[in-house]
Amino acid sequence: MDIRLEGIGHSYDDFEVMRDITLDIPNQQIICIVGPSGCGKSTLLRFIGGLERPQRGQVLQVGDAPKDCLNPLTYIFQDFALLPWRTVKGNISLVLEDHGIRGAAAREIIDDVLARTKLTDFAKALPKQLSGGMKQRVAIARALAVKPAVMLMDEPLSALDSQTRELLMDDLVSLWSRQPFTAVYVTHNLAEAVRLGHKVVVLSRRPGQIREIVEIDKPLSERAFGDADLDAYQKRLWNLMRDEARAADEELIHV
Amino acid sequence: MSDTSKRTVVFRGGGFAPKPQAWIGVMVFVVLILVAEWGTRSGWISALTLPKPSDVLETFRQLYASGLLFQHLGPSLARLVVGATLGVSIGISVGVLIGLFSHVRSGLVPLIAAIFPIPKIALLPLFVIWFGIGEGSKYALIAFGTFTPTVVATYGAVDNVDRTLIRMGQSFGLSWWSIVRKIILPGALPGILSGLRISLSIAIILLVAAEMLGAQYGIGAYILEAGSLYDLERLFAGVVILSLMGVIVNAIISFIERRMLGWRS
Ligand SMILES: Nc1ncnc2c1ncn2[C@@H]1O[C@H](COP(=O)(O)OP(=O)(O)O)[C@@H](O)[C@H]1O
Ligand SMILES: [Mg+2]
Repeated sequence: MDIRLEGIGHSYDDFEVMRDITLDIPNQQIICIVGPSGCGKSTLLRFIGGLERPQRGQVLQVGDAPKDCLNPLTYIFQDFALLPWRTVKGNISLVLEDHGIRGAAAREIIDDVLARTKLTDFAKALPKQLSGGMKQRVAIARALAVKPAVMLMDEPLSALDSQTRELLMDDLVSLWSRQPFTAVYVTHNLAEAVRLGHKVVVLSRRPGQIREIVEIDKPLSERAFGDADLDAYQKRLWNLMRDEARAADEELIHV
Repeated sequence: MSDTSKRTVVFRGGGFAPKPQAWIGVMVFVVLILVAEWGTRSGWISALTLPKPSDVLETFRQLYASGLLFQHLGPSLARLVVGATLGVSIGISVGVLIGLFSHVRSGLVPLIAAIFPIPKIALLPLFVIWFGIGEGSKYALIAFGTFTPTVVATYGAVDNVDRTLIRMGQSFGLSWWSIVRKIILPGALPGILSGLRISLSIAIILLVAAEMLGAQYGIGAYILEAGSLYDLERLFAGVVILSLMGVIVNAIISFIERRMLGWRS
C-alpha cells in the first residue's frame, strides 16, 4: 500500500501553515520529513493519519492494506501516549480489544511484539516504572501489534537522551531489516533523518513547502553511527535548512 | 589558587517540602485533650465553658451501653449512604455528560453555576413540601448538596484528561465507547475522587442540618436535644461522633485512592 499526497495546503484562520505539498510514500520505505519548528510537520502527519482534514488537496491511499492489517495507519507519538493505569501488556491489549482479539490470540500477538522490542521481561510493569526509552519501545510494540501498513512517527525519539536515541535507532533499523515497513518519520534531528530515511523531505519554514527531496541510497543496515557518507548527507541537509531555521527562529520572536 | 582559603559552600537548599508525620497529628489531639482535662479538673476552665473530656468519654460509654448510640447512628448512616449515593452517582453521570457533549455543557453549566452557591439548607422547607417530612426530604437535601460539587469536580476531571491519550485511542481506531470507558473514565478518576472528599464532607454537614430540623433519631437530633438542655457532655459526645464520621469517610477515600490510583507517579 502506498500513500500519495496531492497538493495539500492548509490554514488555521488566516494563518497559512502549509502550501501545495505533493509527495509519494512508496511501500516499505522510510520517508523522513525535516523542517524548522512550526513549519507544519506534525499537522501534515495528522492529515496523513486522518486525525485532521486538510483544506486543500487530498491524501490518497493507493492499493489495499495487507489482509491481516488491523490498523493501516498507525502513529507513534513523541510523548509515547501510554495509558499510565495499564501495564505494558495492558497497553498493547488495549488496541487489540476493539478488534475482538482477546485471550490466547491476544497473548500470542503480545508475546511476539514484546519479544521483537526486547520487552518480554517487562510485560507486567506500569509505565511509571519505565525509562523514556523503554516507554517508547512499548509504544513501538503497541504499533507493531496492529500490523500497520504505514507507521506515522512524530519525533518519536525527541524526548529521549542521545544515548537512548542511538539505541532505539539501532532497534528501528533491525526491526525494519527483519521485516520492512512503510513509515513517515517526522524529526528535526538531521542525524536521525540520514540514519533512518530512504528519502529525506526538506520543508521550508511556514507556510511549509517541499524545498527538496534527498534520496539516500545506502542500505539501512550498512549505515552506522559516525558514517562519513551520512555526514556528507547531513551537511547537505543542514545547508538547505540553515537559513530557513534561522528565519523561522526569528519569526517566532515577532509573534 | 593554593594559598587561598578553603571553606565549605553554605547550604541554602532544602525546605518547602512538607512531609506528613502522623504521630505529630496524634500528639496535637492528645495534648489538647490533656490540657482540657487538666484545666477543667483544676478549675481554671469552668464547667460551663468546656466539659471534662473524661465526662464526655463517660457519656459516650453510657450512650453505647444503653444502645442509644446505634439508635441514633443507624438512621444517620442510612440517610448519609442513601443521600450521598444518589447525589454522587447522578453527579458523576451528569458531570461526564457535560464533559463529553457540547450541548449538554452549554445547557447545564450555567444552571449548575446558578445552583452551586445556594446554601442547600435554605431549600429544606421546599424539600419537605416536595418529599414529605419523613426520610424523603433528608435524602433529597443530602443528594442535592453532594450533587453540585460532584458535577463540577467530574466535568473538570474529564476536561483534564490528557488529549493526546484520546487522539492515541482514535488513531488506533478505538470505538467512541471504548475511548470513554478505557481512556476518559480512568483518566478522570483522580479528579472525581478528590471531588468526592469535598462532597462527602458536605453530606455530613447537611445530614446534621436536616436532622436538627426534624427527626426523632439521628446524630443531629441528639446534638440538638443536648444543646437545648445545655448538656455540654452530650453535645461534645455528638460532635466527636460527627468528626469521627468525617475521619472515617476520608480514610475510605484514601484507601480507594491507594488501591485504584497506584499508577500515578
Ligand atoms: N489546531 C491548531 N490551531 C491553530 N494553529 C495550529 C494548530 N495546530 C498547529 N497550529 C500552528 O500551525 C503551525 C505548524 O504546527 P506544527 O505542525 O505543530 O509544526 P511542527 O510540528 O513542524 O513544529 C504552528 O505555527 C502552530 O502554531
Ligand atoms: Mg511537531
